[in-house]
Amino acid sequence: MMTTPQDEEGPRTTLASRITSLLGSGLVQLFLVCVALFWLMPTLGLFVTSLRSPQDNASSGWWTALLEPAQLSLENYAALLDNPDFVASFVNTVLITVPATVIIVVVASLAAYAFAWLEFPGRDWLFLIVVGLLVVPLQVALIPIAQVYGGAGLYGSILGVVLFHVGFGLPFAIFLLRNFFAAIPRDLLEAARMDGGREITIFRRVILPLGGPAIASLTIFQFLWVWNDLLVALVFADAQSAPMTVALQSEMRQFGANLDVISAGAFLSMVVPLVVFFAFQRYFVQGVMAGSVK
Amino acid sequence: MASIRLAGVSKVYPDRTAAVSELALDITEGEFLVLVGPSGCGKTTALRMIAGLEEISSGTLTIGDRVVNRVPARDRDVAMVFQSYALYPHLTVRDNIAFGLQLRKMPKAEIAKRVEQAAETLGLTEHLDRRPRNLSGGQRQRVAMGRAIVRKPHAFLMDEPLSNLDAKLRVQMRAEISRIQRDLGVTTVYVTHDQVEAMTLGDRVAVLKKGVLQQVAPPQELYDRPTNIFVAGFIGSPSMNLLQARLEADTGTTGARLRLGEQTLAVPAALLAERPRLRDYIGHDVAVGIRPEDMEDAELVDTPDDSALTSTTDLVEALGSEILLHFQLDAPPVVTEDTKELARDVGADHLDAASRKSDIIARCSPRSRTKSGDPLRVRVDTTRLYFFDPETGAGIWGDPSSAYQHKEESHA
Repeated sequence: MMTTPQDEEGPRTTLASRITSLLGSGLVQLFLVCVALFWLMPTLGLFVTSLRSPQDNASSGWWTALLEPAQLSLENYAALLDNPDFVASFVNTVLITVPATVIIVVVASLAAYAFAWLEFPGRDWLFLIVVGLLVVPLQVALIPIAQVYGGAGLYGSILGVVLFHVGFGLPFAIFLLRNFFAAIPRDLLEAARMDGGREITIFRRVILPLGGPAIASLTIFQFLWVWNDLLVALVFADAQSAPMTVALQSEMRQFGANLDVISAGAFLSMVVPLVVFFAFQRYFVQGVMAGSVK
Repeated sequence: MASIRLAGVSKVYPDRTAAVSELALDITEGEFLVLVGPSGCGKTTALRMIAGLEEISSGTLTIGDRVVNRVPARDRDVAMVFQSYALYPHLTVRDNIAFGLQLRKMPKAEIAKRVEQAAETLGLTEHLDRRPRNLSGGQRQRVAMGRAIVRKPHAFLMDEPLSNLDAKLRVQMRAEISRIQRDLGVTTVYVTHDQVEAMTLGDRVAVLKKGVLQQVAPPQELYDRPTNIFVAGFIGSPSMNLLQARLEADTGTTGARLRLGEQTLAVPAALLAERPRLRDYIGHDVAVGIRPEDMEDAELVDTPDDSALTSTTDLVEALGSEILLHFQLDAPPVVTEDTKELARDVGADHLDAASRKSDIIARCSPRSRTKSGDPLRVRVDTTRLYFFDPETGAGIWGDPSSAYQHKEESHA
């Protein structure tokens, strides 16, 4: 708690040591910028490609457009948005992703609170089973679930896709949140109990605000997984409920491709998760717990 | 405000360890009761059972005139101050204090009024809009207090609320807690490991050992008439020196002589008259207790030979207002279950029963000139000697009942 004068001064710095450290951090930063640019290259390529006409794309590489910006236009996007099939698939993606994410976050946070803080018989065994489910690969379940869906009349529907994502997302979601909730000091919950809180009040007014960072991470991950999913949708969604990933995949051709549709569609499908990410990143606040106990 | 009554309250964990056994306490309305004892003695468990955070295995707990064994914590209307403060980090000081009232759906205006009032009492008014992380330890402690007092509960429960503060702040907050409790007149149960807090705060102090209540009494009585060796050794700082000795008849007078190794002290006739049961021990071994503050460097006071002990000074600790003299006497230390428990509490691992020598601490006037290695003669205030049964550890006092009572309890 107390600071002594020595603490504030820090180690003595000489000119040479300062130059070394500047040079050091400068080089590191330069390196990081290079890596970042390298990583962004495919995205940039995709973006530029999506702005060029199919003829230009067929005749030259996307990088040439950097020298001739005149050939860039938004025509591909305009065409895409005029295409009712594509718009429908975009709507389907939203209709699948949003419920799948919301259901998982709500159910998992309630379950995680129970696993972390409520006493009930068999709690630890139940949690072990949930953790055990983490290792079940999604692929092995495709055929059995398809049979179940066939019987239940869910096959091909959006609801079927959503339920599949919820089922396979929950174990990880519960695992992540339970561990985060369990790290919240017991005293805080007991204080809330003494203050007159029922479990649901404690959950809403203490656990949820403190669990913010974990819930935000989970929301982003879950959203990305479902948004980008191709396999599950390919197996369970029929033509009416196909999401964007399936629609774009069906545009692939054996020889060459209709790059104008695919590149613009792919870029649009990347934008939405980015928006979600930036919307939630403000919840990643460091040290939310500081000052509560001790 | 309400009285709290514990009747035969026990806590047994599923692995059958008993944290609290048959605890019986009657806490009257407005009383400040301190639960004290070494770590692991069950004092916090007892408090948590009153709070409703821990289930009661057997016995009845009554708050006011309601048996609350099966009442959940939120409906007992008692407020707790946690050792860790347990402030809600995402809420401002104002909301932290108001939280309990908001949950009770109190009108907003009333909440605001009560929070302002509490903040004023605690000197938190200008911090109301800050978050706990921006407060100092002392301020956090006040917020925790504020959260308890705004609710105007039946009782305050405090679990070592000052142990995370530094020494100076602790003294200040101790006085403040005492003042607030007296102003509000709320029944308070306060758990501490610190016997200075216990002595200064409590109207009565309950000493626990391994889940068993040893003695409940006002602080001074606890100091003057400890019911057994454990209470005697636990209350007082530095703690009482405990030695094995032998009571012998003094042929010349109506008094007795106390043989400590090779040396003897005269036990005044008045003391024997006051504690008649002591006569039964003449010719037998006893455990004798000498408080450090009942000794003085013989150089500074008039000292008859039969109330002096001689030795060699081992160590002098000067504290300014007093000095602590460490020396050895060639009498064996008292080794009972009680003294072992006391030694464990201060971190000393074992007491050597075979040892012929005991370490003694005397609290003397700073005018003493003795240095380590010097021959030392200390005067013992023989009217203030404490005697205990060497087997049971029970104090040997005037009325026989208290000692027998202890025996019964320890068999229960």
